[in-house]
Amino acid sequence: MTADQIADGSSSGLSVEDRAPGYKAPILSTGSEATRVIGVIALLSTAAMLAFGLLISPPDLFQGDSVRLFYLHVPVAIVALYLAFTITLIGSVIHLVNGSTFWDLLAGAAAEVGVVFLGLTLVTGMLWGRPTWGSYWEWDPRLTSTAVSFVLYLGYLAVRKLDMDPAARSRRAAVLGIVGFANTIIVKYSVSWWRSLHQGSTLKPLDSQIEGLMMFSFALGLVSMLSIFAWLVMHRFRLAWLQHRVDAHRLEAALLERRSEGEAGIAKSGLAPGGA
Amino acid sequence: MLRDARLVAAKDLRIEWSSKVLTAQVLPFGFLVLILFGFGISPERIVQGKDGRSVLEDVSPALFWLAVLFSALLALGRSFAIEADDGNLDALQLAGLEPAGVFLGKTAAVAVELAVLEVVVGSGALLLYGATIRHWLLLIVVLVTTTLALSGAGILYAALGAGLRVRDTLVPLLVLPVLAPVLLGATRATEAALFGAAADGWSWAGFLGAFSLLYLGAGILLFGALLEES
Repeated sequence: MTADQIADGSSSGLSVEDRAPGYKAPILSTGSEATRVIGVIALLSTAAMLAFGLLISPPDLFQGDSVRLFYLHVPVAIVALYLAFTITLIGSVIHLVNGSTFWDLLAGAAAEVGVVFLGLTLVTGMLWGRPTWGSYWEWDPRLTSTAVSFVLYLGYLAVRKLDMDPAARSRRAAVLGIVGFANTIIVKYSVSWWRSLHQGSTLKPLDSQIEGLMMFSFALGLVSMLSIFAWLVMHRFRLAWLQHRVDAHRLEAALLERRSEGEAGIAKSGLAPGGA
Repeated sequence: MLRDARLVAAKDLRIEWSSKVLTAQVLPFGFLVLILFGFGISPERIVQGKDGRSVLEDVSPALFWLAVLFSALLALGRSFAIEADDGNLDALQLAGLEPAGVFLGKTAAVAVELAVLEVVVGSGALLLYGATIRHWLLLIVVLVTTTLALSGAGILYAALGAGLRVRDTLVPLLVLPVLAPVLLGATRATEAALFGAAADGWSWAGFLGAFSLLYLGAGILLFGALLEES
């Protein structure tokens, strides 16, 4: 068996099902046709969002220029809370059911990018809150539940980075990915219940209906954030996949080395199997 | 499953009874936290418009549950520390115990420990912070449901850190955000039991009951995946 055979995976014992869809050996970059197209979409839509959001769309009747944060803040929040952690949930369930490496790594990649987006949601929200409500932080149900989810998924990422047996680690992460999602929902309801016992929701960031140019700028923001998210997750996933394969090959190579050492030793001593 | 749970719970409680770690270390810790809160919040300050209650009395439900929460972290860590040696968790499986039974047993043992802790720390809080109980039944229901919620969700998450060198730092990070709604519900319900109308408290008690059932169910279903090491 040659080193090339090991490198291209043809003798690694990994079946075709173990590979990512569209896998072509050997992979030298985490980019592909798809990520390049998505990357171009991301760049163009972000540029368009900046132009429409900052310059072309009109200031809001009530909020003035601070409404422009809406075009960034809301898409980021939608991608983080509704897309990223849903992928993590689905990936975790499938991994626990059939042990799929693909879904395990995808769940991890989505969570990692999702945490960044959730952090951006908090930061842009606080920057928006200062001119709108007069303070960076209000103990509003939405804010509170978002902050708790942020910490929850930081914990998820901490588990994924644990120094332990990869299979057991993936299972622990998957359990956390499932229960964490459920808990995010519970936190959301409990904190809105907590406030509603005292006062109604007084904070409605956007009570005026949006239309025309504002709606278009928002749509651009959504396309921009979705494509950036997809681009990052695809690259992150491929990187994790390559790391996974490198680990598998190292193990394979080490086993081969041991085996050939053993065979050489047996040949030298004349104690071939079945002989003597 | 229930027989396995009873065996595991009895084993854990026997270990705690003979080692005295809970009574000698965790209980004093809970009491210490109560006293420290007293240092941090001046007892002389009076809240305006709240029947002349002191600040300390006004926030006593929150302080009591925070003290219980921090002590619960110690009890949870302890529950898996006693299994860390000699691959004990594997041994429990090899002995033919169902994972769901192990989960329920460890949960029950921690629940009993927390119940003892709550009675002791709670008495301390009543004495130190000068609160009085208005609705006894509500308070008892809240104590029971919160204890189940803390121990059920706590054991499920503490198992994620079982057998790791970073267990002591990882488990609080995982457990505390999960228990945030429990702290919220228990505090509101206890406030109702001490100062206010019982009606508000009962809806929170219902929430705590639902939370504990949900996590007991999740633990029964998922604990196997955590125990089953490669």
